[in-house]
Amino acid sequence: MTGLDFDVAHLLAGMLVLISFLELYQDRLYALLNVFALHALVLALSVAWQAFIQDAPHLYVTAALALVFKAVIIPVALHRIIVRLGIHREIENVVGVGPAMLTGMALVALSMVVMLRVTQEADPLAREDLAFALSVILLGLLMMVTRRNAVSQVVGFMSLENGLVLAATGAKGMPLVVEISVAFSILIAFIVIGIFLFRIRERFDTVDLQALDRFRGERR
Amino acid sequence: MRADALAAVLLIPAFAAALLAAMPGYRITARINIAAALATFISAVSLFFSRPQPGAYLLVDDLNSTFIVLTTFVGFTTSVFSASYIGHELETGRLTPTFLRFYHAMYQVLMFAMNLALVANNIGVMWVAIELSTLTTVLMVGIYRTHEALEAAWKYFILGSVGIALALFGTILVYMAARPVVGEGLDAMVWTTLIMRAGAFDPALLNVAFVFLLLGYGTKVGLAPLHAWLPDAHAEGPTPISAVLSGLLLNVALYALLRFKMLLAVNPAALAPGPLMVTLGLISLVFAAFMLYRRRDIKRLFAYSSIEHMGIITFAFGMGGPLANFAALLHMTMHSLTKSAIFFAVGHVAQVKGTQRIADMGGLTETNPALGWGLILGVVAIAGMPPLGIFTSEFLVVSSTFARSPGLAVILVFGILVGFAALFLRLNTIAFGEPRGSTAKAEASYVPMFVHFALVFLAGIYIPPALVAWFENVAKLLG
Repeated sequence: MTGLDFDVAHLLAGMLVLISFLELYQDRLYALLNVFALHALVLALSVAWQAFIQDAPHLYVTAALALVFKAVIIPVALHRIIVRLGIHREIENVVGVGPAMLTGMALVALSMVVMLRVTQEADPLAREDLAFALSVILLGLLMMVTRRNAVSQVVGFMSLENGLVLAATGAKGMPLVVEISVAFSILIAFIVIGIFLFRIRERFDTVDLQALDRFRGERR
Repeated sequence: MRADALAAVLLIPAFAAALLAAMPGYRITARINIAAALATFISAVSLFFSRPQPGAYLLVDDLNSTFIVLTTFVGFTTSVFSASYIGHELETGRLTPTFLRFYHAMYQVLMFAMNLALVANNIGVMWVAIELSTLTTVLMVGIYRTHEALEAAWKYFILGSVGIALALFGTILVYMAARPVVGEGLDAMVWTTLIMRAGAFDPALLNVAFVFLLLGYGTKVGLAPLHAWLPDAHAEGPTPISAVLSGLLLNVALYALLRFKMLLAVNPAALAPGPLMVTLGLISLVFAAFMLYRRRDIKRLFAYSSIEHMGIITFAFGMGGPLANFAALLHMTMHSLTKSAIFFAVGHVAQVKGTQRIADMGGLTETNPALGWGLILGVVAIAGMPPLGIFTSEFLVVSSTFARSPGLAVILVFGILVGFAALFLRLNTIAFGEPRGSTAKAEASYVPMFVHFALVFLAGIYIPPALVAWFENVAKLLG
């Protein structure tokens, strides 16, 4: 492996982590969707680069899927849903940018410590990729926990899943990556359709029916 | 002939799903559903006699044929129950014919997904199958489209997705650990290859992988801090689905976990997976036992009881050793049979009373003797009273634990007793006293319920030596 191969892969994976941080402090839904589209775009580039340096043409399918489905179709669809549900002006109750960012940094440090320590024998590129991937996964989880709005929870889930794809493509020669990424796309499509059909706006964190009625207003 | 039985276990549900999606009419589709489930069960049993060679994708061995037979059997009896349950739902208009068609197709897709997860020899295929089973059950939980049902489905969806995402990361790590030893490509995901070479894997990587797999598949097992989806999903979906969720799907997720536990057990330098499972199991048991007291919804009550029993089973598998594994296998079988039978009874009770609130039920033994006594029998069985099967298996779990670590056994017994008391407290209101709520007669099919109870009763008194030998064999395999 040449130095350039490694550097570009490293750069792209590192960018994914940075963009995950960007997602973490977006408090407007439109902006969040734009940042997510960027996230998916960088993922597509990263996967395509992996396909190129590993000489694994089937990974281009995964890259194309990330580009078309996650960077274009899903953000556009969610954009429309936000307009339809009339929540585009909503400002989210994020936990607070400061604490969220600090927690995020702690999570990245944690994943670096864990993954770099346990993968000492693996090849350096896969090592770094796994460490970055785990950071992206944990940041996605953090986002799902700190958001209250169903749309941004889904965005959190999708960036978590981007981390998984990064890990799967970084593991050289892993079979079934394309199948798994297709399976995930189906899952996400279902979630998005679910939001649209059932007008799910908020995370449901109460079982009090009256509170639910109040939360969900006009829904049927 | 050899590979045919295995193919049938997968293809029958797949074709039936396609057929049922296309066919209108309730009576005929319900019968096709039953027939397909029966055919799947028969081909699963025939796997005992002719077993195909393990391939790169599919595998049949002693461990999973036990699970497949149990899964297809309960799948079959539940389809019989489902026919009468769904008939009633159509009459009351809770389900429309379109949704019914969808429901039947999804039922068969779920059977397909569970069977595929069980026979998968490839950890990637296993993951995809479990994801598919999550998707289908989410759709079925939300099928009534009430606020509560959608809420439950959404919660299940999000938590289940996070769970399977973590499990996928664990699976990728296992591949990473296998790659330097086995080589790149498909072989490094084939379980039979992995287990042979696992001794040489990097132990640190395996450890981290197992933690992710435990959290991921543990979410689907319903282990305690990760259980939040389970009671809602059980309470709001159609009751046949609650029966299948509790009786089967939790087992399938546990099975996936066991496969990975076996991998770690082969590697001497890797961390012992047992204590982690023991801890999670005990937490689930004690937590769920206390939660049983505050339940007002009958299906939620038994959902928490499922968490409790999955805790016991995970605990026993975590303890390991021939005796504890034997007890865990027996307990899993008994729990599947009993819990699905209880849900059969509960489904009809809820239909008769028109509600799931425990406070609105009462005097069932007077108004609907067969249902009332069936439910009593079920609760007596699930609480672990002798001479029923769950008593035998719980006794084995407790006694094998006492011999090895008395401290854990005390917590275990405490949890079981707390749960025991809670169930009887609730049973008293439901079954005896003044009749409350509607007193209409149930048009129920009692056969599946009482067949299950008869099996559980029989197992409490006498387990055939052949079955004992079989379970002992599987228990040894599990290490």
